[in-house]
Amino acid sequence: MTKTIKGIAAPLPLANVDTDVIMPKRFLITITREGLADGTFADLRFDNAGQHRPEFTLNQAPWTKATILVVGDNFGCGSSREHAVWGMRQLGISACIGTGFAGIFYDNARKNGLALPVVSPAARDALLQFASNPSGAEISIDLNSRTITAGETSVPFEMDDATRTSLIRGRDDTLDSLEYAGAIRDFEAGLSDGMRISVIK
Amino acid sequence: MNRTLYDKLVDAHKVCDLPDGDMLIYVDFHIMNEYTSPQAFSGLDTKQLGVWRPEAHLAVVDHVNATRSSEPHDAASKLLIDNLEANCTKHGIAFYGLGDPRQGIEHVVVPEQGLVAPGMLIACGDSHTTTYGAFGALGFGIGTSEVEHVLATQTLRYKRMKTMRVTVEGGTAPGVTAKDIIMKIVQVVGAGGANGHAVEFSGSAIRGLDMAGRMTVCNMAVELGARAALIAADDITDAALLGHPHSGRFEFKGESWVSDPEAEFDKEFVISGADIEPLITWGTSPDQSIPITANVPVAADYVSPKAKAALERSLQYMGLSEGQSAQSIEIDTAFIGSCTNSRIEDLREAAKILEGRHVATGVEAIVVPGSAMTRLKAEAEGLRAIFETAGFEWRPEAGCSMCLAMNDDIAMDGERVASSTNRNFEGRQGRGARTHLMSPAMVAAAAVSGHLVDVRDFK
Ligand code: SF4
Repeated sequence: MTKTIKGIAAPLPLANVDTDVIMPKRFLITITREGLADGTFADLRFDNAGQHRPEFTLNQAPWTKATILVVGDNFGCGSSREHAVWGMRQLGISACIGTGFAGIFYDNARKNGLALPVVSPAARDALLQFASNPSGAEISIDLNSRTITAGETSVPFEMDDATRTSLIRGRDDTLDSLEYAGAIRDFEAGLSDGMRISVIK
Repeated sequence: MNRTLYDKLVDAHKVCDLPDGDMLIYVDFHIMNEYTSPQAFSGLDTKQLGVWRPEAHLAVVDHVNATRSSEPHDAASKLLIDNLEANCTKHGIAFYGLGDPRQGIEHVVVPEQGLVAPGMLIACGDSHTTTYGAFGALGFGIGTSEVEHVLATQTLRYKRMKTMRVTVEGGTAPGVTAKDIIMKIVQVVGAGGANGHAVEFSGSAIRGLDMAGRMTVCNMAVELGARAALIAADDITDAALLGHPHSGRFEFKGESWVSDPEAEFDKEFVISGADIEPLITWGTSPDQSIPITANVPVAADYVSPKAKAALERSLQYMGLSEGQSAQSIEIDTAFIGSCTNSRIEDLREAAKILEGRHVATGVEAIVVPGSAMTRLKAEAEGLRAIFETAGFEWRPEAGCSMCLAMNDDIAMDGERVASSTNRNFEGRQGRGARTHLMSPAMVAAAAVSGHLVDVRDFK
């Protein structure tokens, strides 16, 4: 059970990083969840010839070992593709710290153990600065106390209870929800016939 | 208690509260596509779970299929399509696949089949599920793990969102379409401005729209971060429920699907309809738009160094110079399609511009109707002939096509596209492709002119 996420953080200050950038669509033509690490941020990490782009942060030491990202506003906007989160996890990312995330991305992250602590713009900027220092100092995210510690600085973050519980317990939402099968049946019993959709095959 | 339409919809679908602050919410109807569902079905297999209520789901093929032919263009896309069909057969789920006369882009197919009505809750593994808010239904996009969850339980774990109302009051000028209204809203509220919110659109400019226009508005609401978009049901909505294959097969009574008059919203925006001009995007985020009569921004317009850097990055990707006039932007390609603007009404608007005109030399112009039914209707109305005479390529199969370029309709590095779609992200239409979003009529006008141009100059 992870309660603390600790690691080198990489600065990724761009705003509105969308899921097309996180996982370009050519990697979506797949029926499994595997093999998505190389697709993650592919057009930022690699040039057209497949060579590493030296100017991209995640290609530079010490951030090649980053497990945390400090990101710009509205990270994860765009499409619902969970592939974006699967790929980030496969690349070794455990948390993204930002000021706000797109809704579907946020929910997808929770299902896959990617923590998305939400901090104030001032705290984000301070963490960006900390992460930009190539000393390789680690950031630590304490899920229990909802606190991020970077060197001498400690900042609080927001995370709703359900997401935090999911991240700490790593539960399977589908199996967990099926424990409420009785409540679902009761709800259905209360629906009129007109409220039960039956799609023509 | 005065409640918003959003709260009424959530209340009507709440199954139970969960211990940690979520609730279980009942999904009346769920749509799937071929690329965000495979791992959901394999999740069911791994956990040895069945589908809770197979008849409440529909699967369509739309994202990866070719639009030149009803045959998949490569083995990888064929695998996705065959996989979806096999999963549907196994679980007894309705499947509208290639060659089926009901196939098309999911958000075009659903209203066309009469599968949405006021008061419903609809989920789909696609962010533009907000479209159904046009009917006073709560529609929202979900990820693949949630697709698995809704298949297995007919519910989702849900947290009530905050509410926002965007009122667009007053008439809009001729030439201003629903697309311009929503692009203006995205510009004003900002690309993440509605994150965490369900947005209700109201005001006379919204009420004055037909259903196709309302769908365009709600469709692109996700571009401002809204997880759900709503427009109150009215007579126009009721009229739109008639005459479809599923019409009359279900009805959600028990509430009036409008916000109570005194309901309060967490955030409010008011926009004057008179302030809206035909818009185009110049950058790589849907909120980076300007009126067609204006110029691309200059660094001096921005205060913060961050904003200046973002401008520079967008301009560099887009191959534009600061201050250049919108109408001086020359295009390589014109694309009319997508769940935002590929309905019959959109095709009619574009055809009005194209009648008696021809696509400029050097411009490749493509139109992909949103569904097989839309295509047939357009052909019967003579729209195909107008598009083809004007030099547009009329695609025989429906699908997302160049909206996200997951099939073989891909823009090349540096290719500039005037597009009736919803996202101008870097790489969206192809690696290095440059997308300018606008209304379908504006795309048609740009195709004819060879550069972006004011549709109001076309009489
Ligand atoms: S048309 Fe575009 S936005 Fe709509 S569902 Fe298809 S890919 Fe998504």
